[in-house]
Amino acid sequence: MNPITKFLFELQEVSLLLWRVFIGLFRGPRYLDEFVKQMDIIGVGSLPIVLLTGFFTGGVLVLQTFPTLQYYGVHSETGRSVAVSLIRELGPVLSALMVSGRIGAAISAELGSMVVSQQIDAMRALGTDPLKKLVTPRVIALIVMLPLLTVAADIFGIIGGGSVASYIYGQDHNSFIASVRDGIASQDLIGGTIKPFFFGLIIGGISCHKGLSTTGGTVGVGTSTINAVVLSSIWVIVFDFFLSKAIQSILGQGTL
Amino acid sequence: MALVPEQVREPTAEPSLEEFNLEAAVDEPERVVPAIEFRNVRLAFDDKVVLDGVSFTVRRGETKIILGQSGGGKSTIIRLILGLLKPDSGEILIDGEEITHHSELDMMPVRQKIGMVFQEGALFDSLSVYENVAYRLREQGVDEEEIEPEVRRMLQFVALEYAIEKMPSELSGGMRRRVGIARALIGDPQIVLFDEPTAGLDPPTARTICELAIELRDLQDVSSIFVTHDMNNLRYLSSEYAVVDEEGIVSFEKEGERLCLINTEVLMLRDGKINFQGTDEKLRQSSDAYIKTFIHGK
Repeated sequence: MNPITKFLFELQEVSLLLWRVFIGLFRGPRYLDEFVKQMDIIGVGSLPIVLLTGFFTGGVLVLQTFPTLQYYGVHSETGRSVAVSLIRELGPVLSALMVSGRIGAAISAELGSMVVSQQIDAMRALGTDPLKKLVTPRVIALIVMLPLLTVAADIFGIIGGGSVASYIYGQDHNSFIASVRDGIASQDLIGGTIKPFFFGLIIGGISCHKGLSTTGGTVGVGTSTINAVVLSSIWVIVFDFFLSKAIQSILGQGTL
Repeated sequence: MALVPEQVREPTAEPSLEEFNLEAAVDEPERVVPAIEFRNVRLAFDDKVVLDGVSFTVRRGETKIILGQSGGGKSTIIRLILGLLKPDSGEILIDGEEITHHSELDMMPVRQKIGMVFQEGALFDSLSVYENVAYRLREQGVDEEEIEPEVRRMLQFVALEYAIEKMPSELSGGMRRRVGIARALIGDPQIVLFDEPTAGLDPPTARTICELAIELRDLQDVSSIFVTHDMNNLRYLSSEYAVVDEEGIVSFEKEGERLCLINTEVLMLRDGKINFQGTDEKLRQSSDAYIKTFIHGK
């Protein structure tokens, strides 16, 4: 199979999987316990790494941009610069990449192991649809939790940036907060919250598809896991570009 | 009944399944409909033909032992029955209902009628033994109060009630298979499929699993397919039967002691085709070189 055919085939498979998840939402059974469990694993479980990533990303942004802005005499706008960068791009993308590494790998490895040990077949043989029991709760939990994680990462990023501006460069707290408040427009907030929904869909679709299509025993599980993380990370970054362009076209350019 | 008195039939005599069905049909007309029926089923993966025009029936209360080399399509038959695979052509009927073109949704009620014992047990790693065995009933929405005694009954049947709280990772290979059997049997399915349940097990544990299959066949009137390539399994299943005394104690007798087995047949696959179908006696008497090699190993 040549690479283009393979790509189109994989795209079709992931799209069909997500379509079946969507259709399945309208008929029972619904596994609410499993959904809550996945929200806990994906959301609460990923919170520490996402907060840490957000905090230090905000911090390093200020560390790198403050001297340049100071050179041009606009260092009072540091807060605006950090907040806009985080909310529009870095918050959603970095959170998605962290979740893709942690949860995408876990989903793919878990489903892949279940495939090679015949647990998926056993589930079907016992009258359960694995799509509803395993895939739907994971995809929905990702779609729900990733925007929340992104908001948390944004907040901690701004706190990280403020801390560096204040404790390393001696900028006044109030000046930084005022700059943040002035810099954020409603389209930034809307755009920054819409993106994670799509990233959740990408990570969930690719990871579940890769896990369920595992072949070749334990080596196959490893391959599926690598592919799930690599592909979902790449597609998050690629899709981010097109999504940003679409949001710009629909909501306007924003300030800065 | 699955067994006939010895004075009526010689132990080595050819069983007359037509006669058996005719007698059964008078009492219970629904027994005429086979539990499982394959009609000219064909399946290929790319260029490799796995099943080529396979036709057979499994009658009610009958055990069909499927023999054949590894990769010869034995497990594929089981996956087709469960609807986990779809044939390229031909028809598959379960209890007279054609399931060949059933969707995943349509297959769910059919699968409720079937118990499946996987090669390695295929237990859910994240669930305890209790939760594994209770899985099917929980999915059906049965009350927990009704589930617990049923789970205990099934674990008693496989002599593993003491392991009810254990996790699958704490069980030996044989115990995992037996829990797999308990999980397959909960809800009392009338069809049970065994996919090489004794592969890689020590002889006494393998024997225990065969005894469970014999009990299901003779005491619970379960139709089953037993996929294996172990000739010891064939010997146990085709030469012994289970009886229960007034105190409910189950024992196993050799064919010919009191009764003659007529509810066990052998089907051998070779290169995707049925190479042999009949009783174990006919199999052993066969002059086919492949069958002789398979039986004697040389």
